[in-house]
Amino acid sequence: MEGPAVSEILRKEIQAQFKLQLGNFTLDAEFKVPAVGVTGLFGPSGCGKTTLLRCIAGLDLAQGSLHVNGVTWQDANTFVKTHRRPLGYVFQEASLFPHLSVRANLEYGYQRIKPAERKVKLDQVVEWLGLSHLLDRNDPAKLSGGERQRVAIGRALLTSPRILLMDEPLSALDAISKQDILPYLERLHRELDIPVFYVSHAIDEVARLADHLILLDQGRVIANGPIHETLARLDLPTAHFDDAGVVIQAAIAKHDEPYHLTRLDFSGGNLWVGKLHQMIGTQVRARVLARDVSIATLMPRESSISNILEGVINEIRDEGPDKVILRIFIGESQVLLSRITRRSRDQLGLSVGRTVYAQVKSVALMS
Amino acid sequence: MNILDPADLQAVWLTLKLASVTTLLLLFFATSIAWWLAHSHKWYKGVVSALVALPLVLPPTVLGFYLLLIMGPHGVVGEITSALHLGRLPFTFSGLVIGSVLFSMPFAVQPIQNAFEAMGKRPLEVAATLRASPWDRFVSVALPLARPGFLTAIILAFSHTVGEFGVVLMLGGNIPGETRVLSVDIYNHVEAMELGTAHLLAGGMVLFSFTVLLGLYFAGGKSWKGLR
Repeated sequence: MEGPAVSEILRKEIQAQFKLQLGNFTLDAEFKVPAVGVTGLFGPSGCGKTTLLRCIAGLDLAQGSLHVNGVTWQDANTFVKTHRRPLGYVFQEASLFPHLSVRANLEYGYQRIKPAERKVKLDQVVEWLGLSHLLDRNDPAKLSGGERQRVAIGRALLTSPRILLMDEPLSALDAISKQDILPYLERLHRELDIPVFYVSHAIDEVARLADHLILLDQGRVIANGPIHETLARLDLPTAHFDDAGVVIQAAIAKHDEPYHLTRLDFSGGNLWVGKLHQMIGTQVRARVLARDVSIATLMPRESSISNILEGVINEIRDEGPDKVILRIFIGESQVLLSRITRRSRDQLGLSVGRTVYAQVKSVALMS
Repeated sequence: MNILDPADLQAVWLTLKLASVTTLLLLFFATSIAWWLAHSHKWYKGVVSALVALPLVLPPTVLGFYLLLIMGPHGVVGEITSALHLGRLPFTFSGLVIGSVLFSMPFAVQPIQNAFEAMGKRPLEVAATLRASPWDRFVSVALPLARPGFLTAIILAFSHTVGEFGVVLMLGGNIPGETRVLSVDIYNHVEAMELGTAHLLAGGMVLFSFTVLLGLYFAGGKSWKGLR
């Protein structure tokens, strides 16, 4: 007999298995992810992340199966057509309907769902995405890139989707528009209870927005797990990017008014950063890059670096002819990556199990 | 000499009627064919495409000749229409309409097909993710986005039918009120050395055609700018 606990698990999970041949590219992906928060689909261009997203949407017809929150969207006998799937899709280019006003674009999907299913209202979306001054524009093609993408996101949200699919929504934007739109995405992340699949080839976007990460390479899933675990793994290509680094989930613990600093606590330690304006207790996400972490074997007594964390080396990997990357446990669960030269490793005599002091030169705050 | 008699006015009226009916029918048939051509990946897509374009290169008399044979007493279509007690199509207005639809087909199909192809699959995919069914997507997205193509198709099909001569002569002959359209009427006047009337009618057609093309240029230019 199926107990309530089982169906509860089924309801909060997305399971997929797809096989698709497109020319000489093969997608052969299988994954299971929690249907909460943001799942980043990450990989080099041509790895199949967009194709995977299109398969989830039913825009590309792959063999396999897809179950969303316990509902079968696709299996051997079923293929729910795209327009019958309760999903929202944000394309790389905003693709607003040029013949409709901004308001009519936003309402296009809203009008096509049953009134009883309209959980997200126009006013809410307009407020969330800052669209009120654009509503009556009749020339969506003339909106700025960031504005267009915000309208496209709002249009997708107004179908009250049970899953939101975003295909590199920032990649067509310039740096300024990106900065303009990221806060909105973070806000959606915090306030919306909809699972999101977020395709990106920019690791900093993923590190900023995703809770869960699926890594793709040549059409296959090579890793799938919580973002803080996945980005801390040395056996994955992500650890060898120039901007490799870990994500730290921390809470604001203390404001130091005289020095204008804020202390962030996480399990295993704390970090001082420039003063933040949020309240004590607010959750923030910080990113520490491997190249910004240097190593000392003795507690540095006189150093300008204010963030020095004691930890234990858990893994060392060679990286090219001159560098190594270290995986260091700070406390029980938090990991830091550190990229140092091979010579430093030998001079300090670093090996797995050794207690070291990680000096964090810079902390990037994500939200 | 320079005054149009009722027969001439009848020819003008008949021409406009033929062009209107033809254009309306083409809007339906050409849209269906254009949609299929724009989205199909079947191997025989090229064959259909070539067949539709055939009237562009064939002399109208050739088309008219074969239609006359097919719709005549011994033709396939002729036997069917006789069996259905519909009479025969040659030398009737209905026959002319069929000939005109086929003859003007490429002028309607190609602009619409181009418009469908230019918009690509993306707007339709977007609409699908916004819960629009296939028919809904066609009506609410594809048709409005293809508007410039439709405008071009309507104007070209209408004016091309107005200017038709060869097919009409082969298929419809010269029956006043039934098949004597403007181009045939002008021919008759020239044959009868009534050059004044011929001038008036011919000049009217030049003016009409020029206006249509000018309108096409402005309308087309404007709507394409809005779309891009």
